[in-house]
Amino acid sequence: MSRRALYLFAAPALALYGGFFLLPAVQGLRYATTDWDGYSPAFHDVGAANLTAVVSNDDLFRNALTNNLKFLLVVVLGQTALALLLAVLLAARGRGSTWLRALFFLPTVLSSVSVAFIWKFVYDPNFGLANAVLDAAGLDRFESSYLGDESTAILWVAVAQIWFHAGQMMIVYIAGINQIPEELYDAARTDGAGRWQQFRHVTWPMVAPATALVVAYTTLQSFKAFDLILGLAGNPPRSGLDVLATRIYSTFANSQLGYAAAESIVFMAAIAVVTFLQNRAARMAHG
Amino acid sequence: MRRLLLAGYALLIVVPLVVIVGGSFKTTPDLFASPFGPPTRPTLDNYVTVLEKQDLLRVLGNSVLVVAVSVPVTLLLGSLVAFAVARLPRLPSRVLFGIFALGLAVPAQAVMIPQYVQFDRLGLRNSLTGLMLVDVVVTLPVAVFILAGFMRTLPAELFEAAEIDGAGPWAAYRRIAVPVSAPSLAATAIFLVVMHWNDLLHPLLFIDDPAKRTLPLALLDFQGEYLTEYPLLFTGVVVASLPMVLAYAFLQRHFVAGITAGAVKG
Repeated sequence: MSRRALYLFAAPALALYGGFFLLPAVQGLRYATTDWDGYSPAFHDVGAANLTAVVSNDDLFRNALTNNLKFLLVVVLGQTALALLLAVLLAARGRGSTWLRALFFLPTVLSSVSVAFIWKFVYDPNFGLANAVLDAAGLDRFESSYLGDESTAILWVAVAQIWFHAGQMMIVYIAGINQIPEELYDAARTDGAGRWQQFRHVTWPMVAPATALVVAYTTLQSFKAFDLILGLAGNPPRSGLDVLATRIYSTFANSQLGYAAAESIVFMAAIAVVTFLQNRAARMAHG
Repeated sequence: MRRLLLAGYALLIVVPLVVIVGGSFKTTPDLFASPFGPPTRPTLDNYVTVLEKQDLLRVLGNSVLVVAVSVPVTLLLGSLVAFAVARLPRLPSRVLFGIFALGLAVPAQAVMIPQYVQFDRLGLRNSLTGLMLVDVVVTLPVAVFILAGFMRTLPAELFEAAEIDGAGPWAAYRRIAVPVSAPSLAATAIFLVVMHWNDLLHPLLFIDDPAKRTLPLALLDFQGEYLTEYPLLFTGVVVASLPMVLAYAFLQRHFVAGITAGAVKG
């Protein structure tokens, strides 16, 4: 097959992707070294001043980073654990199990703004579902203002995010569990292993590749949680709900385009660092 | 124990959804008085308000138009690249694939600022064409990833036989690669539909003109306008979600395969 024809096939995609994705990504590096507001004809070169300020001297950015890391930690741990639990419970085939899988996956097809509105009502301190249920159960001392509480608001958003995507990660785990040879369980049972021991010594080590996938994807997802936060918190979000992506957007909307571009670079770097640390941790855990 | 846990989680999914759908037929006081119960006096007022005052039919049309163009274009361009990746010799194949894989590591939020400048200069803001274009370029890497992953597994003999029969590259793509890859194409298509349909970031960035809004953006605008008039918010949620939920009900297996492939590979 002629190579030229194949290059020709790839050319339109390369042109669009190169021109409207890679090129702007590179231009972003240039904007990050300026004080451009995004519309004036003139701007100044400020060198690394933006980057230095973002990293060392920006309380808003640091607050967003802290919130984002808290959110990441809760979502990664909570979603991975829940997805694995649901997968273990549903891995066996059967009518009920197929039906429940479909139900648990359903939130994934909703838009983030829809999910945000659903949870906005769940969390409403006066009329919301969460407090109504606690009230009915006689547990009103656990009632809370949820998103209204600056210090814990981001954790409640994490709960909504887990509800949104746990079903999707459950599917990844089910695929992993179904690949485990039945003989391993037979052998474990012969050795007198109970349910928990079977999970601990067969399932958990055997789904390690799925865990790696789920953790990596959930991490990236947690950095992208932009829509859900805007839907729950309004635009721009209050400081307790600000994460990196919303911070970049607010800076940009505030006519500090050069500075927002610098924030985007630090954002990318933060993702790279977290991913790197996770890979190291995974390698250490597997000897 | 197993049943209890499963039933508990099932309720966590079902109850909010039932409250939302039921609430879209209630008045605000009715909802607050009994959020879980059926509507005492069902009303369609919320739907009338939302469709007329918010011009939601036009918004819905915009969303449909964007998806109807951007998804097939992404599929076509992505599958052509995937075909090239599958058929090129090792080195150029790797380079080509690597260029697109690069985009997988870059979240859309990290390039949105310079993209905004570029689209502004080219007059592609406030335009559905611009929205289609940005959706295509942002999701091309995932599409290439899924499709190339599949096409690389196709045996070379499949294509060599066609070449002996005198088929050119286009015929090999069109008559062999595309039909054989149909399941993978379907999965990718569904992933793209969900991504493009639910995209909020780019409309928020590029669209100021209310007549050019897509559903997620219009929905976000509800928030400022209706605050705690939940029945109206819920009605918006129902209108925006119904097409995807219906499609999911009928194409469930493909949805699960497609969205999971996109997630795992994206």
